[in-house]
Amino acid sequence: MAEIRFTKEHEWIRIEGDVAVIGITDYAQQQLGDIVYVELPAVGKKLAKGDEAAVVESVKAASEVYAPVSGEVAAVNDGLGANPALVNSSPAGDGWFLKLRGADAAEIKGLMDEAAYKKYLEGLA
Amino acid sequence: MRYLPHTDADRRAMLAAISAPSIDALYRDVPASARLSGLLDLPKHMPEMEVERELTALAARNRSAGAMASFLGGGAYRHHVPAAVDHLIQRGEFLTSYTPYQPEVSQGTLQMLFEFQTQVALISDMEVANASMYDGATAAAEAVMMANRVTHRKKAILSGGLHPHYCEVVENYARWCGFEATCGGPDPQGAEDLARQIDGDTSCVVVQSPSVFGHIKGYSALAAAAQKAGALLVFVVTEIVSLGLLTPPGAMGADIVAAEGQSLGNALNFGGPYLGLFATRDRYVRQMPGRIAGETVDADGRRGWVLTLSTREQHIRREKATSNICTNSGLCALAFSIHLSLLGEDGFARLAEINHARAVQLAEKLAAVKGVTVLNDGFFNEFTVRLPRPAAPVVDRLVERGVLAGVPASRLWPERRDVTDLLIVAATETNSVAEMDFFAQSLAEAL
Repeated sequence: MAEIRFTKEHEWIRIEGDVAVIGITDYAQQQLGDIVYVELPAVGKKLAKGDEAAVVESVKAASEVYAPVSGEVAAVNDGLGANPALVNSSPAGDGWFLKLRGADAAEIKGLMDEAAYKKYLEGLA
Repeated sequence: MRYLPHTDADRRAMLAAISAPSIDALYRDVPASARLSGLLDLPKHMPEMEVERELTALAARNRSAGAMASFLGGGAYRHHVPAAVDHLIQRGEFLTSYTPYQPEVSQGTLQMLFEFQTQVALISDMEVANASMYDGATAAAEAVMMANRVTHRKKAILSGGLHPHYCEVVENYARWCGFEATCGGPDPQGAEDLARQIDGDTSCVVVQSPSVFGHIKGYSALAAAAQKAGALLVFVVTEIVSLGLLTPPGAMGADIVAAEGQSLGNALNFGGPYLGLFATRDRYVRQMPGRIAGETVDADGRRGWVLTLSTREQHIRREKATSNICTNSGLCALAFSIHLSLLGEDGFARLAEINHARAVQLAEKLAAVKGVTVLNDGFFNEFTVRLPRPAAPVVDRLVERGVLAGVPASRLWPERRDVTDLLIVAATETNSVAEMDFFAQSLAEAL
């Protein structure tokens, strides 16, 4: 099982080889409601930690997704163009957003692990 | 007495907050000659009848296109607007309503906008249209910015056949929004090769057909070349009546259509308010600027109307909105829709045919004048002639004879000496054969 980390902004980051895959958590998709559109960055774009990486639109609102770590966009999930509901049905799987190359492993390790994120969610309830 | 809520202390505080030394300093971008220094020299009071007399005399100094033999075009066209248009748009429900901020209570306004969008999409052969923009030029600028968002690129190529005022508006947006827009100089022969200019950084190519010189070209090959390079084709139409006769932009593979809709329902109005038309492909709708009225059903299954896809817009997305436009040219759009509805599909085509026929007649008459050459091989209701001498003074002379002979190219490109002899001439259904004969005869005498 690949290592997975979480942010307080409800994004997940999974290390797969030399790239970091990024998406939003099940909690985030539940909060947003039916997702109707995801705006993704251009492949090759360099993102610093905290930069706007994507915009996710639900029937309720438009929200920004910020880069949880720095890196260069290696790929984006084109499948979301035709089927943005993948974010609702499979937030941790087919509903991924983008892949970052050159992300700092230490930076990722510093984020919450699954247990810590669960605890963080309990604190929000 | 004027009601001025701010004290001097308030004003000082506001100026300090934006680091401006004085209120006058805020106007330094306005040329001194255009600024008012001191009070206007107006009489203190005057009886109502005298005011009316004075203003009537002032207004009489205008030369109106309707009172002369007008062959003016260049992005604004005089057409016959049926009396029903004016009558209907003056209904209070339409005339006084503003862009709906609580849309669902304004079902009539929304339905009207929906019908308008449907008409725009149909005549341009595109999949989706918005509820209108301010005018054709700002629609073109918005189209370029939309292409930038879609392609994640920042370089637009503008055709030399694009109206130079449209180029200027796009360049103005480019300057302040941080993208690149390269405008080819005037292309009176329609000979430019835009496909060669496309590279990996190009977000879009902006073409106009009929061009500002009246040329009509096919753009399917350019659309394919743009697509191959990952760029979009933005198609500008300044004379919307042309779509009654010409292959629509959608059929040529246009990705975005930005057009001026003034020709239908709207008079020349001294240059505004006009009506921007904006249409695109379904797949780009999330990046489209402006309001979109949509059809839906209510809780009881009855047909109703809403403003849809609003998450693109300023009141929700704030500074991340696709555009800062939060309104539309509602009344002009209504006039457009009523006019087009009165024409119907056949009437629209017929109107276009009449326009073309008049222009062909006029071109023949002008070509028969010694020293005058028509530049165009094909045109709709506007074409360019080369005169044996500078066009602007000739136009001035013809004005004295009651003929508005057209737009001298030097008016559009004052710094270009190579276009001085060119005159852009339009004919519509409003021009009689007698007017055309008088124009040709007057031109012959003025040369």
